[in-house]
Amino acid sequence: MDYKRITIVCGHYGSGKTNVALNMAYEQKESGKDVSIADLDIVNPYFRTKDSIDELNRRGINLICSDYAGTNLDIPALPDEMYSITDNKHKSFVLDIGGDDRGALALGRLAPAIIKENNYSMIAIINMYRPLTRDTDSTVEVLREIEYAGGINFTAIINNSNLGADTTAQDVIASLPYAEKISKAMNLPVIATSVNEKLKNELIGKISNLYTMNLQNSLINKEC
Amino acid sequence: MADKVLMKGNEAIAEAAIIAGCRHYFGYPITPQTEVAAYMAKKMPKIGGTFLQAESEIAAINMVYGVSSAGKRVMTSSSSPGISLKGEGLSYLAGADLPAFVVNVQRGGPGLGGIQPSQSDYFQSTRGGGHGDYRMIVYAPASVQEMASLTVKAFESADKYRMTAMILADGTMGQMMEPVDLDALKVNPAPEKPWATTGTDMKREHNIINSLYLKPEELEKVNFERYERYKTVEANEVMYEEYLMDDAEICVAAFGIAARVSKNAINVARAKGIKVGMIRPITLWPFPKNVFKKAAEKAHTFISVELSMGQMIEDVKLSTECKANYVLCNRVGGMIPLPEQVLECIENAAKGEQK
Repeated sequence: MDYKRITIVCGHYGSGKTNVALNMAYEQKESGKDVSIADLDIVNPYFRTKDSIDELNRRGINLICSDYAGTNLDIPALPDEMYSITDNKHKSFVLDIGGDDRGALALGRLAPAIIKENNYSMIAIINMYRPLTRDTDSTVEVLREIEYAGGINFTAIINNSNLGADTTAQDVIASLPYAEKISKAMNLPVIATSVNEKLKNELIGKISNLYTMNLQNSLINKEC
Repeated sequence: MADKVLMKGNEAIAEAAIIAGCRHYFGYPITPQTEVAAYMAKKMPKIGGTFLQAESEIAAINMVYGVSSAGKRVMTSSSSPGISLKGEGLSYLAGADLPAFVVNVQRGGPGLGGIQPSQSDYFQSTRGGGHGDYRMIVYAPASVQEMASLTVKAFESADKYRMTAMILADGTMGQMMEPVDLDALKVNPAPEKPWATTGTDMKREHNIINSLYLKPEELEKVNFERYERYKTVEANEVMYEEYLMDDAEICVAAFGIAARVSKNAINVARAKGIKVGMIRPITLWPFPKNVFKKAAEKAHTFISVELSMGQMIEDVKLSTECKANYVLCNRVGGMIPLPEQVLECIENAAKGEQK
């Protein structure tokens, strides 16, 4: 994938934006870029980018996130290090933004500087299998709310339609028309269809813009 | 499988409640159950329902009392400290014999505690929480699909027995996402409620919903009558899952997220030749006493896996008349036991018996 200096990843709760953001950071790091990932979710204290801290450390990717993520303190705090996103123009950043209009407010603080520099992409992550974004109208409504709150308009779409660990290749294929409709309604390109790397062999050749991902480990299904 | 949706446990409760005919939700935000309220806030206005963020948990539970008096399916949800605040209302609902659906997505305690998952409100939900002699039917889901199906079940049993039915989940159950088949939910319509304050049509005396009795004789009588009804609940409403129990010499007792973790450990222990199984209570009250009693005929050790300092283990001991060995395998404060920890408890129990 081609990356701008700042990649902003937004989407409704459960769209899978954290996994997409992590994989975008991995890919940029592997291509030799100095990349940081910023978890700017101020809404949900569960299941955060911080859960992947060991993997990020192993790969040498800097994580910018609230000191309180994953702790018992439930406050919408942002780290002061977030200002390096717009100040430090020698580095690349992937931004993981909270899952709705309230979550996207955190982005609004940085939006004017990001737009002024004009070296960013703002990516909408969509998932047809989530209950509040099942069709074109409801999905577009949610995405417009995020744009309004965040102060930046989307520049592209990634179709990340999935049913969690149970996702089949057929589920992904069934979501392609959904992504096309949203692409038309918002006049934005679908730059990737992102899937668990386990589905790669089944889908390669069937989907032109396939993007395979390493997923965060789930504690619940962990084996002994 | 295209008709499945990927849902958080909290969202599954909210959507299932709407499917069950609930059009009235009253709540107050608290992690880790806030998505129930957030979902209702988005959905209720679109379907002609009521979403109201009350000024407090106490206000919300009393709004539930009001709507239930008027004969409608109604709910509130919260997390541990918020449920403590609702305790008074839960007692009044019981005293007035009103059906209600209440959700507790537990977090670590006591006090303000923390926001991470816990199961330490077992006593609060199965023993009371509010004052006076009363019971609630308490369901403990172990998957997002069960968060949905038990929500429907809870509305039905609440109406049937005119009492509060509670979902006792934990932060992980509320926050985790799994595919849900909403079409699989089968809903029985609410029964006639001749006791409700829905208007007399000038055909009968007006109904009064109240928990105050002026004469002690009367109050005693309704208490006895209520407990006769609870006996029917105990006879008819027990739910549980047995896993590899046929030849089990070691029985793991676990509900909710602890049962998910335990299953992994049991599979590994079985592969090592240890005869271990699990009883997963799905109703915590009524507790599956007879199933545990029967298990004690073969099992020498019961391992209670809990995210508490050991609460359900008391019911396991009572059900089996304290005849076996009992081990508590627990993490608390928002921590979750790992399969390795459960496996170690199982292996120790197996070794102990060989001595």
